Amino acid sequence: MNNSQGLHARPAHALVNLTSQYDCDIEIIRDGEAVDGKSILAILTLGAEQGIQLTLRATGRDADDALEALEEQFAKGFGENGDEAQEQESQTSG
Amino acid sequence: MRTLQGIAVSPGVAIGEALIVDNEGFRIPRRFVMRDAVDDELERLDHAIDAVAAEIETNRDAVSNRLGEQYGAIFSAHVQMLRDPSLYREIVGLIRTKHYSPEYAVSRTLRQFAKVFEELDSDYLAERVHDIFDIERSLLAKLLGERREELSHVTSPVVVLAHNLTPSETASLDSRFVLGFVTEIGGAGGHTAIVAKGMEIPAVVGMGQFLTDVSGGDLLIVDGDHGRVVLQPDEETIARYRHEAEEHRSLAVRLEELRDLPAETTDGQHIQLNANIEFPREAKVCLDRGADGIGLYRTEFLYLGATSEPTEEDHYNAYAEVIRKMDGRPVVIRTLDLGADKLGQLPQDEQNPFLGLRSIRLSLRNLPLFRTQLRAIARASALGTVKVMFPLISTLADLRQAKMVVADMLEDLEEAGVEFDRDMAVGMMVEVPAAVTMLDRFLKEVDFISIGTNDLIQYALAVDRSNNEVADRYQASDPAVLRLIDQSLTGAREAGVPASVCGQMGGEPAYIMLLLGLGLRSASVPPSAVPEIKKICRSVSIPQCEEIAGRAMAMDSAREIDTYLREELRKVAPELAPS
Repeated sequence: MNNSQGLHARPAHALVNLTSQYDCDIEIIRDGEAVDGKSILAILTLGAEQGIQLTLRATGRDADDALEALEEQFAKGFGENGDEAQEQESQTSG
Repeated sequence: MRTLQGIAVSPGVAIGEALIVDNEGFRIPRRFVMRDAVDDELERLDHAIDAVAAEIETNRDAVSNRLGEQYGAIFSAHVQMLRDPSLYREIVGLIRTKHYSPEYAVSRTLRQFAKVFEELDSDYLAERVHDIFDIERSLLAKLLGERREELSHVTSPVVVLAHNLTPSETASLDSRFVLGFVTEIGGAGGHTAIVAKGMEIPAVVGMGQFLTDVSGGDLLIVDGDHGRVVLQPDEETIARYRHEAEEHRSLAVRLEELRDLPAETTDGQHIQLNANIEFPREAKVCLDRGADGIGLYRTEFLYLGATSEPTEEDHYNAYAEVIRKMDGRPVVIRTLDLGADKLGQLPQDEQNPFLGLRSIRLSLRNLPLFRTQLRAIARASALGTVKVMFPLISTLADLRQAKMVVADMLEDLEEAGVEFDRDMAVGMMVEVPAAVTMLDRFLKEVDFISIGTNDLIQYALAVDRSNNEVADRYQASDPAVLRLIDQSLTGAREAGVPASVCGQMGGEPAYIMLLLGLGLRSASVPPSAVPEIKKICRSVSIPQCEEIAGRAMAMDSAREIDTYLREELRKVAPELAPS
């Protein structure tokens, strides 16, 4: 989990928007506890903070595509880390 | 199972389903559905989800158009939660396998998620808890539709849970269907407490925030003896409490045998044992419990329950009902005892309402309102034995002015040829320490006094009993309070003026022996306490009580005195001593 604030509401929302586009079943696993990757409530209950290890598992027709897209989003921090880095920069320079 | 602690205000045990009263109105629990109705119920659930989703989407579009896409996104997250697959699976599972009603399944499932979020203890999830309650509210509104009803229409037995109940809400309840009350705020002297006691319904108040942990329809236990509430009790706990409730009932049955016997000590001293009431219908309860009369008829509900100021007829009808019912037994009617804030008559915010414009001060400031009530009391006096009592008298001028209004009013009635009791007694509450200090003068001008211990304690000890930070300092057995009571009773006896106690203290089994020892010969207690107090009166002698009082008065602290009085009570009536 790269996001500085973990998998909170906004990235979780973006994550579910993404998983919902695929037909395959997607699970997100933390410490052996697996939740439905298309359920925002279940994902939020993981309480996944920055640095937490998550495992993704997809089963079904478009599973490979789904995992690829998810990997990309996790790596990008759901478009959040970039903004924060910029914010910090502008704070130090200001 | 979880046990929560609050303030015990009305004794007894209630086991039943929760009815949660919130700002949205009243949610009627219907916990189960018929097996063959499951498919219809699932369809109802789907319709409700679709309807709420459509509403949220309309809002989203409106907001997006006005403020931009990023604001609309908040609503997208709402829809995502509403249409959450695991949420749906869970709800449908409960309806299919447990035959829960969709209302109950929705509330239960969403509240479980809310609970998990709360426990994760993170700021951004706290916001999501609000979203979840929002969704619950919307779904329930759709599901319940027309069936969302008024509290006064409750038709099956429930335990009423609320953040707070207004006096009119409490008053509108049908006591046949209310098993118990639990509120998040409130204290021992609040209206919920007084009404619950009057209705003899177990109640716990001052629970703090707990409503988020309960769904309408959940089974719970209210332990009004110890101020406990048990959520989702296990079988063993339910069995234990049922047993306790059974014991309560059998004790009540044994005490009932005393109903027609006088409250007389073993050495033959008669004690006048009256009851306090709030509503006319409670007069019957007083008689059922074997009270000698009504020592305090609180009239505030005439003002609080109504939308407009009560008319003379409103007053008269209420008083007449009580007096006829009591059939010649004494009825002490107390004039308006409310703060100006409760009547919406406040010129400006009061910093200290308890030291402000209230009770007799308010009546004297608003003479038409006072006269209306007094005329009704005087007219009703023709129907039985009526006494009128003024609350919160703190100066001789207050008393004299109030008596003058009475005299004027009686003159008017006389001229108009209206019937009334020319010997109607006029008395005062002794509940301000200043009145105790000046009591010898007051006693020359009243026919009786009644010591209001609730306020006397609060004013003497400078403690607001509804403030949790200092509520533990509110002690009826504080030596200072006992001295004030002793002074009052002694003064009244010397002046030959009848004195009574009408606060909660007189209804506490542990205190009654002490009060008898200090010279009390008349008490007015909640109807529910009449049998217990009578039982103790019939088990002790005056010299025995005087010895107890003598010892207690020599002690230094409320704690010491309480411990001692409990021991003495255990000797006299072990079944009434708190465990």
